[in-house]
Amino acid sequence: MSAISREEVAHLARLSRIAMTDDELDHLSSELGLILESVSKVQAVAAEDIAPTSHAIEMQNVMRPDVVVPSLTTEETLSGAPAREDDRFKVPQILGEE
Amino acid sequence: MSAELASGNVTAVELASAHYDRISAVDSDVHAFLHLDREGALAQAASVDGLRKAGERVHPLAGVPLALKDVLTQKGVPTTCGSKMLEGWRPPYDSTVVTNLKKAGVVILGKTNMDEFAMGSSTENSAYGATRNPWDLSRIPGGSGGGSSAALAAFEAPLAIGTDTGGSIRQPAAVTGTVGVKPTYGSVSRYGLVAFSSSLDQAGPCARTVLDTAMLHEVIAGYDPKDSTSINLPVGKMVEAAKKLDIKGMKVGVVKELAGDGYQAGVTTRFNEALEALVSAGAEIIEVSAPSFEYALAAYYLIAPSEASSNLARFDSMRYGIRIGDDGSRSAEEVMKMTREVGFGKEVKRRIILGTYALSSGYYDAYYGSAQKVRTLIKRDYEAAFTKVDVLVSPTCPTTAFKIGEKSDDPLAMYLNDVCTIPVNLAGIGGMSLPCGLAPEDGLPVGFQIMSPAMKDELMYQVGGVLEAALQSSWGKPLYASAPELAVK
Repeated sequence: MSAISREEVAHLARLSRIAMTDDELDHLSSELGLILESVSKVQAVAAEDIAPTSHAIEMQNVMRPDVVVPSLTTEETLSGAPAREDDRFKVPQILGEE
Repeated sequence: MSAELASGNVTAVELASAHYDRISAVDSDVHAFLHLDREGALAQAASVDGLRKAGERVHPLAGVPLALKDVLTQKGVPTTCGSKMLEGWRPPYDSTVVTNLKKAGVVILGKTNMDEFAMGSSTENSAYGATRNPWDLSRIPGGSGGGSSAALAAFEAPLAIGTDTGGSIRQPAAVTGTVGVKPTYGSVSRYGLVAFSSSLDQAGPCARTVLDTAMLHEVIAGYDPKDSTSINLPVGKMVEAAKKLDIKGMKVGVVKELAGDGYQAGVTTRFNEALEALVSAGAEIIEVSAPSFEYALAAYYLIAPSEASSNLARFDSMRYGIRIGDDGSRSAEEVMKMTREVGFGKEVKRRIILGTYALSSGYYDAYYGSAQKVRTLIKRDYEAAFTKVDVLVSPTCPTTAFKIGEKSDDPLAMYLNDVCTIPVNLAGIGGMSLPCGLAPEDGLPVGFQIMSPAMKDELMYQVGGVLEAALQSSWGKPLYASAPELAVK
């Protein structure tokens, strides 16, 4: 199981919110097939009784006191905005027109 | 340079200016820098000079110039991550690494080139063009931190910062004859480091000598409440360890699996000579087996893209970065798709799609889940090895620097570069690369990797310091002094 169809790549591109040309889809589906074939070797040793590791170093939840500390100003926060309106980020429409 | 500054023989402003002159002279060929912050650097240098003149106590690295990988934010200075996506973005805040550098008085000359979002092993994936290896301009300087390593090798900066997710500090150091360290995961803050694979990313110090690297390490490491994965333990004494020059009785493990087929003959030759030097210095060499390392590369190329597909979702063209196609008629989603098509390069798209696949329902257990289990096995291999030896060693990469363009169309061949460096990231431990000579067949630098248990990074410096001293005395000069002269323009 390593072949990945063009339709699957198109679906993944949709999920990832990346527009792709037909050429890109063709190219990626053959490339991903090869990569998946190579990386699927992890399945050979991943026995059921092995616990997965998500972080190499043991992690615990970090809390801090609920105290207000200095943060970015509105101007600083909006400094990189592609578009703004007053003190807000301006974004394209998020709901379809009714 | 530190001593010259302290004695007053040279000022920080003179030092920064001299490095800018060097950059003007050679960087049109090397292309290590994406952006120079001349004004900010000279102001910082002048302020350090003022403090020294006033007799204030300053850090030994105060006034020493540094090249910063363009994946760390510096307030008001462009930060692109080598991507079109962030073209023109000036972050409104400093990363903790930069805060620590500024506090020590280090002078940040500019931002260095890298593979886009740190994905690559050659710096060819930068949206702003490839960086060239100062040892041979037709070859790659390693990646993803090829700008930082090339800047060091070309004498454009004496110190640099890199980041290492699968080898992006160590592999560039190896192929440029410089020193680079990936510290223990969690020992250097990731605040302000643009995330690629959060459970693997780690910033670290790069320089031309082990001692300089150790000094820089102590400046940037330390607990940071702004990074939830930061380790709240004291930083080890790296400088003291680098100066110790004694490894009598230390046990050094050679990883059996990181050798053999696929390793260039000259790499093996120089690696074995370095082992002999360690034996002469009083270390005991023990062969160690790490059977799961065979699966590390595969696990990495599932875990890193999976985390990347999630991390890079933030580039949605809404709050910062570029925005394409917003003509008033298109929806946010359409604009997002168009922006991400233009903003991301080929390798980044490839990894986002691969990661999305590995995380999607129906495939999660088979791919991402299995890779996490391999991670456990690799950790166990290290734990078992470190009960027998103090540090582990291997070549840093299987080959010397390859030609620009040679592997750019073959992702699997490119990924193989990282076969020796990746296990360190998966286990979260420390890894160093330092030069161990030039391969006889091509005259290019070979890297020697030292791996130490988590939070025992000082052991790498102790062994690295001894090896560097032994090799330099056999060569009669440091390796970087053998680098070819670059044409000055």
